[in-house]
Amino acid sequence: MTYSYYPGCTLKTKAKELDKYARASAEALGVTLEEIEDWQCCGAVYPLALDEIATKLSAVRALDSAKKEGRDLLTLCSACHHVIKRVNNDMLTNDDIRMKVNNYLKLDTDYVGETNVVHYLEMLRDTVGFDNIKAAVKNPLKGRKIAAYYGCLLLRPAKVMQFDNPENPTILEDFIKAIGATPVITGYRNECCGGYVALEDKSIPQKRANMILEEAMAKGADTVITACPLCLYNLETNSTIENKPAICYFTELLAEALGLK
Amino acid sequence: MTVNEKELAERVIRISGVNTKKCMKCGKCSGTCPSYDDMEYHPHQFVSMVEKGQIKKLMESKSIWTCLSCFACIERCPRSVEPAKLIEAVRVCVIRQQGENHLKANAVPEKLDDNMPQQAIVSAFRKYSK
Repeated sequence: MTYSYYPGCTLKTKAKELDKYARASAEALGVTLEEIEDWQCCGAVYPLALDEIATKLSAVRALDSAKKEGRDLLTLCSACHHVIKRVNNDMLTNDDIRMKVNNYLKLDTDYVGETNVVHYLEMLRDTVGFDNIKAAVKNPLKGRKIAAYYGCLLLRPAKVMQFDNPENPTILEDFIKAIGATPVITGYRNECCGGYVALEDKSIPQKRANMILEEAMAKGADTVITACPLCLYNLETNSTIENKPAICYFTELLAEALGLK
Repeated sequence: MTVNEKELAERVIRISGVNTKKCMKCGKCSGTCPSYDDMEYHPHQFVSMVEKGQIKKLMESKSIWTCLSCFACIERCPRSVEPAKLIEAVRVCVIRQQGENHLKANAVPEKLDDNMPQQAIVSAFRKYSK
């Protein structure tokens, strides 16, 4: 199966591991990721204001590009996935936004929300299947205790994201089991790390990151995984606690388990 | 309420699409808000203050900059009032004014560190500047 792939700005710079191991693992699992041409940064925050149009255009360009290829659009960064999925929902359901965006873009054919937006984890669950991943694992991560940190952007708002149960998600824990490790469930796994205000007031993300990691440590996790470069940065760089668990992208562990790292 | 305040309230309602009258004042939005301690006005107060037309107080409050955009209050509101949409609407009412960008480009370099992802910078500009 081939997907149109939207890497996003951070995966080309600070989060190269997230991207590199995702591509290698997908290939090993029989999935091809074709990076779309001339993609633009999604803006990293979904514009909630109903009259924001310009800030939604880059997402629509990516969606239209996948539509022209006749493929689903695969995302990996939590923020890109959130923004593109929600803008797509606007194009599908909001007449005013759809009309204004199309008036501006003047595409050959209007974009009306046709593209299916799929997160890499959803591809693993729904296209490859966790049982098949388990069968493909060469180095099961036996004995590793891994806490999944979902953050906000993949799960909420559930009625648009339709990713997993927003209060009791299982997709990352199922992933952890598939690669042979033991999931550690934490209460803060779907609470915000505060990363979005890192430039405004670092004390807020610092407090949040410490709380999240202290809980994971208290529950015996040796590793915390995420799909979000901002969460990873915040947990890794802004937290002040010592001897914290390893913090890495879920794709790094996938590649390790598949013998690609 | 002055005429100007009334216009501002109508603008916030229009931009956000929120119907403040649906609120049953259960407080769940503020109860679940991870930034509660860092806000002067809390999510439930945004709902009641917009209803009363007290927009200028909200526009001057640091609360609009410390909302984490985590969507917890949106997901967990039992009446789908979705207070974060009001916070965003007040925020854009401020930064759409001439010269009122909260984050200016020349202030960014000193805030950077070696690990900071592009996502942090891009999102700060989207939240805090026009």
